[in-house]
Amino acid sequence: MIAIKVNGTRHEVDVAPSTPLLWVLRDTLGMTGTKYGCGISECGACTVHIDGVATRTCVTPVSTVEDSEITTIEGLSKDGLHPVQAAWLEEDVVQCGYCQSGQIMAAADLLSHTPDPSDDDINAAMSGNICRCGTYGRIRCAIKRAAASMRGEVSQ
Amino acid sequence: MSLSRRRFLQTSGAAASGLVLGFYVPPRGPGRYVHAAEPFAPNAFVRIATDDVITIIVNQSEMGQGVYTSLPMLIAEELDADWKSIQVEPAPLAPEYAHFLFRLQLTGGSSSITSSWQPFRTAGATARALLVEAAAQEWGVDKDTLTTDAGYVVNVDKRASYGELAAKAATLPVPENVPLKDPKDFKLIGTNVKRIEGPSKVNGEAEFSMDVKLDGMLTAVVAHPPVCGGSVKKFDASKAEAVPGVVKVKPIGSGIAVIAKDFWTARIARDELEIEWDDGANANLSTEALRTEYRALADTEGMVAEDEGDADTALGEASKTLEAVYEVPFLAHAPMEPLNAVAHVREDGCDIWAGTQGQSIDQMVASHITGLKPEQIKIHTTLLGGGFGRRANVTSDFVADAVQVANGEGVPVKTIWTREDDIQCGYFRPMFVHKLKAGVDADGMPSAWHQRLVGQSIMEGTPFADMTIKDGVDAASVEGATDMPYAIPNRRIEVHNANKTLTVLWWRSVGHTHTGFVNESFLDEVAHAGGKDPYELRRELLKDQPRHLHVLELAAEKAGWGTPLPEGRARGIAMRKSFETFVAEVAEVSVEGGKVRVHKVVAAIDCGIAINPWNVVAQVESAIVFGLTAALHGELTLDKGRVQQSNFHDYPMLRMDEMPEIEVHVVESDEPPTGVGEPGVPPIAPAVANALFTLTGKRVRRLPIRL
Repeated sequence: MIAIKVNGTRHEVDVAPSTPLLWVLRDTLGMTGTKYGCGISECGACTVHIDGVATRTCVTPVSTVEDSEITTIEGLSKDGLHPVQAAWLEEDVVQCGYCQSGQIMAAADLLSHTPDPSDDDINAAMSGNICRCGTYGRIRCAIKRAAASMRGEVSQ
Repeated sequence: MSLSRRRFLQTSGAAASGLVLGFYVPPRGPGRYVHAAEPFAPNAFVRIATDDVITIIVNQSEMGQGVYTSLPMLIAEELDADWKSIQVEPAPLAPEYAHFLFRLQLTGGSSSITSSWQPFRTAGATARALLVEAAAQEWGVDKDTLTTDAGYVVNVDKRASYGELAAKAATLPVPENVPLKDPKDFKLIGTNVKRIEGPSKVNGEAEFSMDVKLDGMLTAVVAHPPVCGGSVKKFDASKAEAVPGVVKVKPIGSGIAVIAKDFWTARIARDELEIEWDDGANANLSTEALRTEYRALADTEGMVAEDEGDADTALGEASKTLEAVYEVPFLAHAPMEPLNAVAHVREDGCDIWAGTQGQSIDQMVASHITGLKPEQIKIHTTLLGGGFGRRANVTSDFVADAVQVANGEGVPVKTIWTREDDIQCGYFRPMFVHKLKAGVDADGMPSAWHQRLVGQSIMEGTPFADMTIKDGVDAASVEGATDMPYAIPNRRIEVHNANKTLTVLWWRSVGHTHTGFVNESFLDEVAHAGGKDPYELRRELLKDQPRHLHVLELAAEKAGWGTPLPEGRARGIAMRKSFETFVAEVAEVSVEGGKVRVHKVVAAIDCGIAINPWNVVAQVESAIVFGLTAALHGELTLDKGRVQQSNFHDYPMLRMDEMPEIEVHVVESDEPPTGVGEPGVPPIAPAVANALFTLTGKRVRRLPIRL
């Protein structure tokens, strides 16, 4: 048994220690907001926060996060309206939506340590996340909108 | 098309089972799917509950293109519904939900809006007429004195909500030939409406077939042949079966399936399979050899797809001629959600949960595999994590895998293709070689255009061949090379259908993916050969094509065509009508550190009446990124029959750091609406390539672009 803490709740899971966290979240715990896209840390669809840091779960063995705080898209906010999520809705970012959990988690991490990100900051933080629908322009706008909101400059 | 209530009732059981099983799209977060009674269902597409919630049943699949918003807008407009009361339900598989033109349940060809424009508005108008009639009878007044407003029927001193009137309306005969609104009276159509399922896509709730969870469900992966078209000679499953959690290993049509308690167990166990493959006819296939073969074919006369005037004579008489060979590679669609489906096959029926573009084909394929009657196959359409054409094909390959895996197992099984399976196992956008000749007259105007295409036909040998193939010529191969809008008097277009080697398929904008690049690039060559500005030459050649001309001029004007740019930058222009929609794009590029940098793209689109302009803009943005990804990065190569790319590290996608600024201008129009999912794709590759020529003097004749 391996014990992990996801969105504040402890879970004991009976899986091989090398199992990627992605599949423990999805198949063992039934939390399917975190997505499988590539399995090799190339697309970012599986991004969650581990101790606050955006991390690719498809290549993270579950045994390495036993002592960590894991936050998934389901736990990013209580009401689904973290400033990043609210900004995503305002900009109507999503299309197919499959990559967006990962995009939002990456953006939330960026804004947690960079309150006023430049375009270069956004490129650096977000270029690991692929969106095949090409919503990058709206993602950039939404990140700036969320940043302004978190700095208290505009109301959402 | 008759949308009678009787036919609706025949299928309402299927719709209801969708609710019970939970595959319902909550439009605005949880809580909305608690229903009051829905007494009023005047046709297959509208149900109205006593609590005023209006459910619109949508028969087209939502893959990001926005149909779950734009199609309900058509009904809500004519119904005079309060948009906030609208929710969406995916249609079950039933005859009344067939695509209005294709007569199959199918999403593709940028045709959802075009085909639904009339029937969806009629469905809304008919429902409204019944609600008005119900109120007139309740109040004892003439129905012509009543109006409707945001979910209410209104009299001078009375209002009744649609929910209040629903039970009464349900007792009335459905009227025929209800008039539709004059477009000038539209309140909702033409406004920017946010995506109805948006909230569920920012909080993790949105359900793709990858996310379907059912009691007792197992998960499978399939070892597919490493060579496209190969098969299993023999296999030893003992090591795979020994992996804890593996339930079964079984051969299916496409390879060897490993069924396990979860994905990771199946995926690990697949590596333990020992399989001897028969590589089949493609054992020695290589893209280099195919290129040589295609280029040789391009030197020989092909089947005639179009013959206007006398191209050969005109070439002989031209004051200048030019000739070029263009090439585009095989491509994978690579939607973000890898292919997958869930199947539950029982003795009395089969349920399939899939993010699919081709429900009717899925049904036929599943019926064939299971021996069940078509009507015993139920398809539960989930959201699609991207489609781009991949999720509709004549073999329904990913659904067929799932049904074969689940057949005989008695429990639901989700079969997941890994990303590597998705990249390597087909279907592919076909590789094409084009050989072109053009003649330019003494005034620098093109007098002759001769084009010969070589590539695999998508439709040849399929049950749908009749739809596009005439006298051997597949319209899906030559579209856009034929029917050029430019006033070039002598044109001859020929095509060779290359030998069938790989499974090939439509890929967002189909034939226009290559004819857009080739024809718009070669026209640029013609302009330069004749000493003309490529934009001005197009204007001249399009003077009798007002809609083409308007988007061309709009894009050029907004991009500042002809105005100075910073040192080291250049603009290129291209345009195309595809799927009845007109798009022109101007790209501004530079070369930085040996790499192409696209700084800005200005697009103009004329899609007739823009139902949801914000979504039109989003689709053009999306199409530009999709086309630019292919132009800059997209190439699959084969060696010894094996696709040499496998995942996003060697089949790269455009990412945030390469994203250009995109500006989209939507033409105001009174014309009927046309599709917007695909038409933004074709112009971007030639716009970029043409800009690079201006910048470097080097012509790009092969994609992806290599400097």
